[in-house]
Amino acid sequence: MSIKGKVWKYGDDVNTDVIFPGKYTYTITDPQEMALHALEDFDSKFAKEVKKEDIIVAGRNFGCGSSREQAATCLKYAGVGAIVAKTFSRIFFRNAINQGLPLVQCKEAVENISSGETTTIDFGKGELSCKKGVFKFPPLPESVLGILKDGGLIPHTKKILKIEEGE
Amino acid sequence: MGKTFAEKILALKSGKKSVVTGEIVTVSPDIVMSHDNTAAIAKKFKQIGIDIVKHTEKIIIPLDHCVPAATEKYATNHKEIREFVQEQKIENFYDINTGVCHQILPEKGHVLPGSLILGADSHTTTYGAFGAFSTGIGRSEVASIWATDEIWLRVPETIKINIEGNIPSGVYPKDIILHIIGDLGADGALYKAVEFSGKIIKEMDISGRMTLCNMAVEMGAKIGYVKPDEKTIQWLALRTNKKYETIKSDVDAEFEKIIDYDVSDLEPQVACPHTVDNVKPVSEVVGTRIDQALIGTCTNGRLEDLKIASEILRGRKISNQVRLLVFPASMEVFAQAMELGILQELVKSGAVIMNPGCGPCLGAHEGVLAPGEVCLSTANRNFKGRMGCKEAEVYLASPVTVAISSLYGEITDVRGDLK
Repeated sequence: MSIKGKVWKYGDDVNTDVIFPGKYTYTITDPQEMALHALEDFDSKFAKEVKKEDIIVAGRNFGCGSSREQAATCLKYAGVGAIVAKTFSRIFFRNAINQGLPLVQCKEAVENISSGETTTIDFGKGELSCKKGVFKFPPLPESVLGILKDGGLIPHTKKILKIEEGE
Repeated sequence: MGKTFAEKILALKSGKKSVVTGEIVTVSPDIVMSHDNTAAIAKKFKQIGIDIVKHTEKIIIPLDHCVPAATEKYATNHKEIREFVQEQKIENFYDINTGVCHQILPEKGHVLPGSLILGADSHTTTYGAFGAFSTGIGRSEVASIWATDEIWLRVPETIKINIEGNIPSGVYPKDIILHIIGDLGADGALYKAVEFSGKIIKEMDISGRMTLCNMAVEMGAKIGYVKPDEKTIQWLALRTNKKYETIKSDVDAEFEKIIDYDVSDLEPQVACPHTVDNVKPVSEVVGTRIDQALIGTCTNGRLEDLKIASEILRGRKISNQVRLLVFPASMEVFAQAMELGILQELVKSGAVIMNPGCGPCLGAHEGVLAPGEVCLSTANRNFKGRMGCKEAEVYLASPVTVAISSLYGEITDVRGDLK
């Protein structure tokens, strides 16, 4: 699987409150509507202009803060194809995988990508290609990859339970 | 080499003899907590295609994030949760008259040393104060656990933080944890278990230990942990008669890092907008005007917090430029504070006593901010937009710093007042 998209580049510690404000956490339940508020308090252009398969590139600790899964959901439904960061906050990492949103942890790539440029990510090869070159990233652990491949945790659990029932 | 608490408990809960850091294990949690997000989780659960939750006895559902409901949408959310609770026959449901989840889980005797607790809330790290392994997960994960009773966890490396010295006057556990977060940064303990130890921790009451573990997640930690001791046993004895087995790091356990702090010269600390690790000694922000002061939340809404705040405010009036909101962390705290006359003192000073719950901490209701306003709060987060308005500013401090500042209408160093 590979994706190609425009880069939206941000800094360190992009937190879940600016990705998806707390005031919406119990009032907005439709993922498409969540997408309209993605990064609302941080980059007001993002939700209006983001295109399918666009890539977010960020520094350290992306997604720190609240456990709200909508932070991953809103980006997924806004069309984001992957997030590349130096590191991810723990719960956000889980939430993104569980929403079927691929993550790439690659410090070197982050340092070499500029905002607005078109970047290609080949998940099978573990390669990210941008203007400044090709960067390798390690694959996700097998158990985590399985969730991503199934399109997220809910379809994954559904599949696993069906397999067990069939035995 | 010996093993850390994290390695020992995850081996136990995954049914393995031993595990190593970095290993991914499948565990079965003892407790799964969700709050106002339960309706959304229930919808995900139904998508899986099964009707009955596997272990209802493990599920705890307190309503706290927007209680009582502020709007029709919140009311509908609560209604759906109550219906789900009835449908699934979930016994441990706590309605809007109970308090903040992280306060009431221990209060109601659900938190035991050596237990594995997962919650759909990032501040689930709080229960490490009792020697539990507890951490936050997402909504899909709670739904999946309801269906399978399983989840994957990575065995974290452990950072040991030794806190020594003598606590100076005017300095509280909140100041200590803010100082540590400021020093290590918002990702200073990313993915790590953080074990708090040392003389100061031994001397610290359970309330203070909860404040420390609550905020461990603000430096990225997976869990906070304090080794259970006599204080833990005594506290728990009043709450539960369930049996438990304490799990502790071996004396020769391998820690990734050991960090030493001496707090003897520490000043009261303030986290400045808009990140929790933007921490400064109070002397550097003294004089900052405030419009609202908040004492409460899962970080600092306990009886001990209200008590020290009321001692500062006793017989004095808050500035007429400030709104002081007080949210006891639970109805039990509320009742005790009432019996002890603490609430009367606070009311006489000009405070508004609110109902137990999260209040405006996450920007939902009950005192959100207007553009240009500044709030000094005892909460754990000050991100942009956190209290409902992206053009407002939130500073974080101890209950004592918040109380003294509400008298003067600006951030104030309590040490000048104590002399």
